Amino acid sequence: MTTQTHAPAARRAPRLVPSLGVVVPATLVGAFVLAAVAPSVLAPGDPTAIDLEAAFLPPSTEHLLGTDQSGRDLWTRVVHGTRHSLLIGLGATGVALAIAAVLGFAAGLGGRLVDRVVGSLIEVSFAFPTMLLALLLVAVRGPSPSTLVLAVGIGSAPGYARMIRGQVLAVRQEAYVEAALALGHRRRDVVVRHVLPNAMRPLVAVVTLGISQSVVWASGLAFLGMGVAPPSPEWGALLEAGRTYVTFAWWLEVMPGLAIVLLAVSVTALGRAAQRRLEGTDR
Amino acid sequence: MTATPSTALAARPAPGADAGPGAPLLRVENLRVGFTRGGRTTDVVHGISFALEAGRCLAVVGESGSGKSVTARTLVGLTGAGASVTADRLELAGRDLTALRPRQWRAVRGAEVGFVLQDALVSLDQLRTVGNEVGEPLRLHRWGDRHRRARRVLKVLAEVGVPEPGLRARQRPYELSGGLRQRALIATALALDPALVVADEPTTALDVTVQAQVLDLLAQTKERGKAVLLISHDLAVVARLADEVCVMRDGVIVEAGPAEQVLHRPRHPYTRTLVDAVPSEHTRGTRLSSVPVTLASHHGVTARERAGSAAADATVPVLEARGLTKRFRGPDKVDRTVVDGVSFSLGRGRTLGIVGESGSGKTTTARMALAMLTPDAGEVLLDGGPWSSLTSQGRRPLRRRVGVVYQDPLSSFDPRWSVGRVLADAIGRAPARVPDPRARAVELLELVGLGPEHLDRRPLRLSGGQRQRVAIARALAPEPDVVVLDEPVSALDVSVQAQVLDLLGDLQQALGVAYLFISHDLGVIRHMSHDVLVMHGGRVVEHGPADDVLADPQHEYTRGLLAAVPRLTTPGGP
Repeated sequence: MTTQTHAPAARRAPRLVPSLGVVVPATLVGAFVLAAVAPSVLAPGDPTAIDLEAAFLPPSTEHLLGTDQSGRDLWTRVVHGTRHSLLIGLGATGVALAIAAVLGFAAGLGGRLVDRVVGSLIEVSFAFPTMLLALLLVAVRGPSPSTLVLAVGIGSAPGYARMIRGQVLAVRQEAYVEAALALGHRRRDVVVRHVLPNAMRPLVAVVTLGISQSVVWASGLAFLGMGVAPPSPEWGALLEAGRTYVTFAWWLEVMPGLAIVLLAVSVTALGRAAQRRLEGTDR
Repeated sequence: MTATPSTALAARPAPGADAGPGAPLLRVENLRVGFTRGGRTTDVVHGISFALEAGRCLAVVGESGSGKSVTARTLVGLTGAGASVTADRLELAGRDLTALRPRQWRAVRGAEVGFVLQDALVSLDQLRTVGNEVGEPLRLHRWGDRHRRARRVLKVLAEVGVPEPGLRARQRPYELSGGLRQRALIATALALDPALVVADEPTTALDVTVQAQVLDLLAQTKERGKAVLLISHDLAVVARLADEVCVMRDGVIVEAGPAEQVLHRPRHPYTRTLVDAVPSEHTRGTRLSSVPVTLASHHGVTARERAGSAAADATVPVLEARGLTKRFRGPDKVDRTVVDGVSFSLGRGRTLGIVGESGSGKTTTARMALAMLTPDAGEVLLDGGPWSSLTSQGRRPLRRRVGVVYQDPLSSFDPRWSVGRVLADAIGRAPARVPDPRARAVELLELVGLGPEHLDRRPLRLSGGQRQRVAIARALAPEPDVVVLDEPVSALDVSVQAQVLDLLGDLQQALGVAYLFISHDLGVIRHMSHDVLVMHGGRVVEHGPADDVLADPQHEYTRGLLAAVPRLTTPGGP
C-alpha cells in the first residue's frame, strides 16, 4: 500500500440526498435571499407604515414579531432590512477580496522586495482595530452604508490577503506550473491560467464564512450609529432603535438579533459544508 | 517450512498441533480482514494462512492494494477502526491474538512484536530526541528504571549500528540522515527485544547503499534468533533477506514457498510477471512486461516527427552540457556546490541515464538541462545552438523541443483540468498548427496505450500508471527532440513500472526521441540507457556506454553502488 496505482474506485458515491446539516441552512439562506430580492413576497406590508395606536404590541398572529414604538410591523421591517444587511455583507466581502487579491498576488508574485513591503503592510493592518478604522472612515465620510461597506471591507482584507499570498507561493512551486513553463507558455499566461485560479480555490469556503462575519460586523457598526440612519430597517439600525425600549419591549432587540444570528449561522454552515466537500473530493 | 497457503503445498508437514520446540512462533490460518465504511463492507484480505519460525524471515510480497500492509498491521493489532478481523488461528508463541482487547494489544506491541514502519522521516516525532523515541517502548512497558532505560537505549542504538549512540540519542530526527533515521526506527522496534519483528517496506524510501545497510541489519536481527516478517513490493530486496516468500494479490496468497523456489522457479503466472518485471535482470532491448504495446498510430506520428526535424544534423548531439556548475546558498549562508563541472552529450534518439543517490545533484542537473535553472558556470546546448544562455524570451519558442516527465505525475497536472484539456494545451505548442486537436489527443492517448474514454477524466481519477502515461503523452504532444525523465517510474508498482519502461522504449524506437533519464535505480538505468553518467556529490564519477560502466566500473563509488543493488540472482546462483 505504498503507492496508489489503482484508481480510487472505492470513493464514496455522491450522496443523492443531502444531509440535514446542508438542507436546513440552505433553506434558511434561500429564504434570506428571497427576502432580499423580493421582500414583498414574504411581507406584503409597508415597512415604514406608522400606526401609533398599535405601538409596542408583543408578537402575535397579527404581528408575527410584534411592533415598535411607532406601531410599525417588526416582521415587515426585518424582512425588508435583509437586503441592506446582506448587501453590506456581500459588498464588504467583495471590497475585502478585491484589496486582498491585489495585495496577495503582488506579494506572492512580485519578488522579494514587494513581498517584504506588502507583507509588513498586511501585518500592520492586522494590528489596527477594525472599529477604530471604521470610526476614522465615518469621521471622514460621514455615516452611510457605503462607509460601512468600506470599513468592514478594509478591516477584513488583511486576513484574505495573507491567505492568498500563501496560496500563490505554494501554487507557484507546483509541478504543473513548471510543466506549463516547460511547454513554452508565457509566464503571464501561466499565472492567469494556473496560479490565479488554483490560488483562489480554497478561498471559496472561507469567503462564505467571511460573508456572515461581515454581516455581524456591519450590524455592530450600524448599532453604534456608524452606518444606516434609524428609520432604515437595516438590522443593526433596528437593534439600535430598539435599545431604549428593551426593558418592556424585548422583541425589538431579540427578533432582529435572531435574524442576524440565523443568517450568520446558516451561511457559516453552508460554507463549512462547501469546505468539507472541497477538501474531501479534491486534494 | 512455514509460509503455507491455504490450498497448495499439502506435501509439507502440516503446522503441527504440538506446540513443542520447533513449533512456529507465529501462526496465521484463514485470516480475513474487511473494512466497513458507510454500511458497506469491503474485504481486503480473503483467508490467508502462513507461519513463521524464530530465526527465519518470511516476506509478504505484493503490489499496492494486495492487502500486504493490512496483513502486517493486523499482526500488531493496528488494523484500524471499522475493520473486522477473523481468523481460524492467529497465534504468537502459542497465544491467541484474535481475542485481545486494545489494552492487551498494547502489552503485546513493542514487547512481543516490534513494528518497523516505512518512512522514518514521518514515523519519528520531529520534536523528540532519538533517545526518547527509542526509550518510549521501554517506558510504556515500565521496563527498568530511568538509568537502566538510558543504558538500554544506547545499547540498542549501538546494536543497530548507529555510530556515536551517546550523541545520536540527544539529536532529533531531522538532524539525522535517512539511513540513521531508519536505524533509529528499527532500534525502537527492537528496544524490548521482541521475538517477532514486522517490517513494512523498511527500505523503500532509502538510497541503495543505505538500503543495503538496513537489509544487513535486519539479516543480523534474524541471525540473533528473531523472526522477521518483511512486507515489500521489491522482489530484489526480498531475495536478499527472506527464507520464505508469500506472494499476495488482491487479498489472497497466490504462491508461497521457499524464497529460492518462488523467486527463481515461480509457478504462478502472477509471480512470473513480478519476477520478469524487475528491470535489473534484463538487458536493454528486451521487454519487461508481457502486455503488448501496440503503437497503432505511430506511422502518422513518425512521419510528422521526421518532417519536424528533417533539417537537423544527425551528428550534432541534441543536448549537450559543458562544465555545468550550480551553487546554492544554505540556511547557514554558506554556498554549496550542488553540481560541479558536469558535462555530457546526448545523441539524437539515444538515452543518457544519470544515476546517483539523493543529494548527488542529478535532479539539479536535470533542471539545468530543462533550463528551469540557470547554471552558475558552463552551458547547455540544444542541437548545437545556445539553450541555457538564451534569455527566457528567446528560449520560449524552443521550449517545446525539450519535454519533461516528473516523478509524481499527479502534481504535474493542474487539478482543475481534464486529461483532454491537458493534452490540448500541449498540442497547442506543436510546431505546426494541428487542425483537429481532439483527434490528435485521442491519437496521443492511443500512442501511450490509453483509450479515448480517458479524455474527459481528471488525472485524479486515474491510476498511477495511467497518470504517468498521460504525462508521457503530454511531453510528446509538441513533438520534442528530447524528453527529460526525472525518476519517471519511481512511484509505480513493479509491474506497472515494467509497462511504462517498455512503453518508453517503444516510443523511442518509433519517434526517434532522445531521453535524459534520471533515476536512483541502477536496474532501471541499466535497462533503459545507452550511455550512463554516475553522479556523486555533484560530480560525475563515471561516464560512458552503459555496458562498459555497469559491467566493468572503474570508479570505486560505482563499484560500491553496483554491489549495494539487491539482485534476484546472486552472483554464482542460478
